[in-house]
Amino acid sequence: MKLSPVRYAAPTSVEEAVALLATCDAKIISGGQSLMPIMAFRLASPELLVDLKKIKGLGDIVLDSEGLHLGAKVKWIEIETDVRLKTAHPLLTKAIEHVAHYQIRNRGTVGGSLAHADPASEMPAIAACCDAVISVVGSGGLRKINAADFFVGALQTRLEPDEIIVKILLPPWPATRRWGFQEFSRRRGDFALAGIAAYFDVEPDGRATNAHIAVFGASDYQRRLTGAEAELNGKKPTADTFAAAARAAAAEVDPPSDIHAPADYRRALVETLTGRALADANR
Amino acid sequence: MKIELDVNGKHMSAEVEERTTLADCLRYEFGLTGTHLGCEHGVCGACTVIVNGAAVRSCLILAVQADGDSVTTVEGLSNDDALTPLQASFRKHHALQCGFCTPGMVTTAHALLTHEPNADEDRVRDVLSGNICRCTGYISIVEAVLDARSAYGRDGQ
Repeated sequence: MKLSPVRYAAPTSVEEAVALLATCDAKIISGGQSLMPIMAFRLASPELLVDLKKIKGLGDIVLDSEGLHLGAKVKWIEIETDVRLKTAHPLLTKAIEHVAHYQIRNRGTVGGSLAHADPASEMPAIAACCDAVISVVGSGGLRKINAADFFVGALQTRLEPDEIIVKILLPPWPATRRWGFQEFSRRRGDFALAGIAAYFDVEPDGRATNAHIAVFGASDYQRRLTGAEAELNGKKPTADTFAAAARAAAAEVDPPSDIHAPADYRRALVETLTGRALADANR
Repeated sequence: MKIELDVNGKHMSAEVEERTTLADCLRYEFGLTGTHLGCEHGVCGACTVIVNGAAVRSCLILAVQADGDSVTTVEGLSNDDALTPLQASFRKHHALQCGFCTPGMVTTAHALLTHEPNADEDRVRDVLSGNICRCTGYISIVEAVLDARSAYGRDGQ
């Protein structure tokens, strides 16, 4: 379907964009890969689109002692082709391989995915799994929101109507960290029916510690599964430990039923995918 | 709103409504009806064009967002007289039936092989997964794209 009539502005600074957001029912557009379909279905009909195209400095990928900073306008293709990230954050690069299709990856952005907060999307899963910090700018200035607080429901975040995501920080990634990423969809590039992002570290005595297991697709929003993590922390990373963690993961999700899959099926997927992600981490 | 862009090497301008997608601008303002609109919400890939070197879905970009950009449509990938190597390969392998998805397949394949002339079958299939063909010609389309690699400078060819 065709979009509803809408006005368009392309400001050159974040401050100018924030001011425009406060003037009416306005939405940020950048890649537009989620917003445009929603507008085409007329599920959203904002009065004004504020394009970030001309704002400089939101598209940087920076690695420093704080971790990995991804600007809001960083595109999936840029994560895919940045050779540093394959070692600096292998969990992220593996997850991004699963994002949609070639043409979408050439245009979709990190900030757009976080703001849209589709329950099945990968970037929010990595944010939740890795305790990321999301920087947003609004009329009240800059604030930093922990990923654990940012996502609150399907397509719902703590972002205020006049706020713009400017970047996300993923904490430093030790080279020895064990990690796994598993996603299931019926066809390549489709929305995930369920997915798991997981990592843990290993103590000198061989026990797992610092377990982080996050679910997507089978939950209203991307979040860590603390029960499953508790089954892993302090234990030897064996097949039995992983099986217990996988059972705990399935027990603590309350997936939705829809035309794509019933809740029971998604819960079974969570158990299977958690087991596989942890087995991958142990390789 | 007035926009100016480079389309297939020609400077073009149009006065468009802000809500106009790049796909509709190409078809209705510029008469470039080679770009097909299947689903109009970013699922089918038929409307794929190349913007600043990258294959993108023209139904998911506003024309005003493309102001100042360089756009290549399927018309820009053809010769006046003879078939290009990619087109000839599609013909040779019977890689089309009704032809509706073909412009999107050709633009996507052209962008892929321009950036990755050594793409293997897995990569070609991965990339073309974003383009739906309802005549189910995928096997021949993949073969056509693989066979066209030599024209894009594949190693050792």
